[in-house]
Amino acid sequence: MKVRAQIGMVLNLDKCIGCHTCSITCKNVWTSREGVEYAWFNNVETKPGVGFPKEWENQDKWNGGWIRNKKGNLELKIGAKRRVLANIFANPDLPEIDDYYEPFDFDYQHLHTAKDSKHQPVARPRSLISGQRMEKIEWGPNWEEILGTEFAKRKKDKNFDEVVQKDIYGQFEKTFMMYLPRLCEHCLNPACVAACPSGAIYKREEDGIVLIDQDKCRGWRMCVSGCPYKKIYYNWKTGKSEKCTFCFPRIEAGQPTTCSETCVGRIRYLGVLLYDADRIEEAANTPNEQDLYQAQLDIFLDPHDPEVQAAARKEGIADNWIAAAQRSPVYMMAMQWKVALPLHPEYRTLPMVWYVPPLSPIQSAVEAGHVGMNGEIPDLKSLRIPLRYLANMLTAGDEFPIVRALERMIAMRAYKRSQNVDGVEDLEVLKQVGLTQHQVEEMYRYMALANYEDRFVIPTSHRAYAENAYDLKGSCGFTFGNGCSDGNNDVNLFGAKKQSVRQVIPVTVKE
Amino acid sequence: MNYLNTFFFGIYPYIALAVMVIGTWIRYDREQFTWKTSSSQLLEKKQLRRGSIAFHIGILAIFAGHFVGLLTPNAVWHVLGISAGTKQLIAIVAGGLAGIVCFYGMTILILRRLNNPRIRANSSTMDIVILLLLYAQLILGLLSIFVSLGHMDGSTMLLLMAWAQNTLTFDATTAVAAMTDVHWIFKLHITLGLTIFLVFPFTRLVHMFSVPVQYIRRQHQIVRQKAAR
Repeated sequence: MKVRAQIGMVLNLDKCIGCHTCSITCKNVWTSREGVEYAWFNNVETKPGVGFPKEWENQDKWNGGWIRNKKGNLELKIGAKRRVLANIFANPDLPEIDDYYEPFDFDYQHLHTAKDSKHQPVARPRSLISGQRMEKIEWGPNWEEILGTEFAKRKKDKNFDEVVQKDIYGQFEKTFMMYLPRLCEHCLNPACVAACPSGAIYKREEDGIVLIDQDKCRGWRMCVSGCPYKKIYYNWKTGKSEKCTFCFPRIEAGQPTTCSETCVGRIRYLGVLLYDADRIEEAANTPNEQDLYQAQLDIFLDPHDPEVQAAARKEGIADNWIAAAQRSPVYMMAMQWKVALPLHPEYRTLPMVWYVPPLSPIQSAVEAGHVGMNGEIPDLKSLRIPLRYLANMLTAGDEFPIVRALERMIAMRAYKRSQNVDGVEDLEVLKQVGLTQHQVEEMYRYMALANYEDRFVIPTSHRAYAENAYDLKGSCGFTFGNGCSDGNNDVNLFGAKKQSVRQVIPVTVKE
Repeated sequence: MNYLNTFFFGIYPYIALAVMVIGTWIRYDREQFTWKTSSSQLLEKKQLRRGSIAFHIGILAIFAGHFVGLLTPNAVWHVLGISAGTKQLIAIVAGGLAGIVCFYGMTILILRRLNNPRIRANSSTMDIVILLLLYAQLILGLLSIFVSLGHMDGSTMLLLMAWAQNTLTFDATTAVAAMTDVHWIFKLHITLGLTIFLVFPFTRLVHMFSVPVQYIRRQHQIVRQKAAR
């Protein structure tokens, strides 16, 4: 047993209101720069839809993630190492910028400078890549917002596979929607790391954050294809790949990530998980895709177990981390209550950002009394969002864990309602879903009240031990490219364009 | 003309190689962030796939051919039983084929770089300069085939080999002497080639030193430990 710690995240989709605050704050902090305008380390998709970039979930098209090869070994879906290198001159599995969207801005200045004319001046869009006028914006980071675009396009959503009569959901009366905020999964078995020919991407041992070493990245672009979540973005300006950093400077200081901190719906949770690093490969290589969820649960370790604690200390995991693991909301939701599920476990990356599936309105038929009730709990088949759809997204198609999670959430509501409204403790409904009274009160505290200090249990890292402070004395921290030598000098012998200044491409307006 | 010969074939090689070695070293040491392939595939994929693959395969073959052809001592060819004439014929056929493949790819890449507005706006001056330099060098090399066809005995090739090998053994006088009477197209080809060496550290060409061969033997996963343990 080799114990390692990971900061994991849970997103409670049941409470996501799709306000995009997470995306915007993330963008302001991390990607408001030239070359990554199109990159959203965090984005919120409306489902069903093809998402961002287009059809990212369709691995028949993009070949992301892992597969079990004929010999029964794990192999990248883009191919074995030899094939990765053979494709190094031109990567066949790389999305083009138009699969994301062409970044644009508007000529706002024209509104100030326009001459007297018959018509009101307008701010027209222009490309941030070529600087040229864009006559029409074809796609954007969130083009399908609240079921935008026609169903014919949205139904390409891979999660619709095996959903019976999917065309029915194109009808106005039958349609459904949910939000899916997405960020880097900081996987236990990251495909991007394995795909990087330069070895520039790495997982941090102490907190499991996956980062790209900007100095070592050579721009071979294999990580973009390798990642099945398409959460690595190639910066077309710097020629290096970039990704969600899990706001590691904040995490190290014991603060939540920017997206979590600013989430107005309080849907995000951060906490420590202990896992057995020796069993990663075994878990990721589970033959049956539907067993991958359970296999991943199995490698998590119980932080209350004295043996685990001793093994963790032996690996140098600090006591405050073990204590945090015991209070980890992620551990509770994923392991104890089993209401949080991994996103697309079938990619075999063992993702570490988990999702509580959303409840959805019960079809009006229920209210009319036509739908079967199972005690307090309605037949989940009458929920608007098809179970199969959620199962395709969160459990490789196995509906049982989805049903269990949703029923437990409904049971929690039924229990609290009977307690608060009727003044009785409805223990029957708890028995039905296999929860104890204590558990359901905890669930209520964490999921309904969701106080700040319960949502975010992040131990500070011992940075003083991690780095030799003496070596850092007088160093420059992170700058764009040149370390200390950058200074105020605009001349760069080695041909790099200055990154810190946005290049404004003037547009000449032809009257 | 002698002083020009002395400069370009006796002195310039050392300047070019010195700048290349030292410049590359400094860049590697101090400017890791700029050390990259500078791929523009994200902005345009279709033409790149057609152009880049052909270009790279062609130019790698040409590079290997020049390396082996110029720097293998004559004695080795004797032992192998390959006469100068045969060697020249092989060089012309193999080099010609690789050259055509490379020419095809490079033409696509140049048209793409100059005409695609996204790529053009995102190209540094050096990106365009090095592409045109390589293109000119390739065309000169292909044209020299026609000159070579005029004398199939391999004598010019022996002179060029003598120049290259004597340059590398610091016998500049002999090297210059070998070059004095060769056709001007070879002189131009060599001078331009040395210029490419000269500008090498200031271009994206440095990525050729980062061919990720170690990837084949590497573990899939990389975990970095805290530094001080």
